Amino acid sequence: MKVTAQPSADTLTLLLDGELDASSAIVLDTELAKPDILNFHKVLIDCAKLSYISSAGLGVFISHLQRFQDANVKLVFFNMQEKVFNVFEILGLDALMTIVPSATEAEAA
Amino acid sequence: MKSVLRIACSRRHLQQVRDFVRNYLSSRQLSEVTVNQVVLAVDEVVANFIIHANGEDENQFLDLELAINEHDLNVEIADHGDTIFLPGAHQSPDLRDYIRQGRKGGMGMTLVNRLMDRVEFFTRGNHTVCHLSKHLA
Repeated sequence: MKVTAQPSADTLTLLLDGELDASSAIVLDTELAKPDILNFHKVLIDCAKLSYISSAGLGVFISHLQRFQDANVKLVFFNMQEKVFNVFEILGLDALMTIVPSATEAEAA
Repeated sequence: MKSVLRIACSRRHLQQVRDFVRNYLSSRQLSEVTVNQVVLAVDEVVANFIIHANGEDENQFLDLELAINEHDLNVEIADHGDTIFLPGAHQSPDLRDYIRQGRKGGMGMTLVNRLMDRVEFFTRGNHTVCHLSKHLA
């Protein structure tokens, strides 16, 4: 799992590349736990190259969501592959998180 | 046709487990979503065995066996550690509570139960075995 951060004005885009499981979730957790991330108004998660997510990966997002909401930082997922979106759907997380099809919609969200 | 894999109890081997399941299913005409669902269910059970039943002790190992009978996939995951690992009754987690509490874990077995048609944990001697099955259309 590779995480690439692209800051731009008040938005931070994180590009996820690879498989997010119980072994690699620490990489993402470290990125989301950085205090500076709360200085952005929006954190966009580009999932185009995220080919797999397990409960450990979902748990990383869930564990930071309240902290983001308390700091008025909006977390938006986009470019999600169908098989990855299916995992969010099975747990009902698609109703609790903002997931949009494209970068354009993510920027407008 | 059966296929077997033995791994040491380290989460570093989860990728190998997923590749093993994907490779086994690759000859079937299955959608990416269906393949991913089976891969995820196996990955979650194996991760639980590695982390919770064996404390990531690399001297311990797990045996996986995949078999397809007609359109039914059967998976056996056998632990060889001495800790009996029998997850409790499946309950639907309150995800809003999880978000409020900042919880990281507790969703894995919920996923497994929703992804597979049958999920069974039982003991064989001093060890724990998990059987998963799913009808593949």
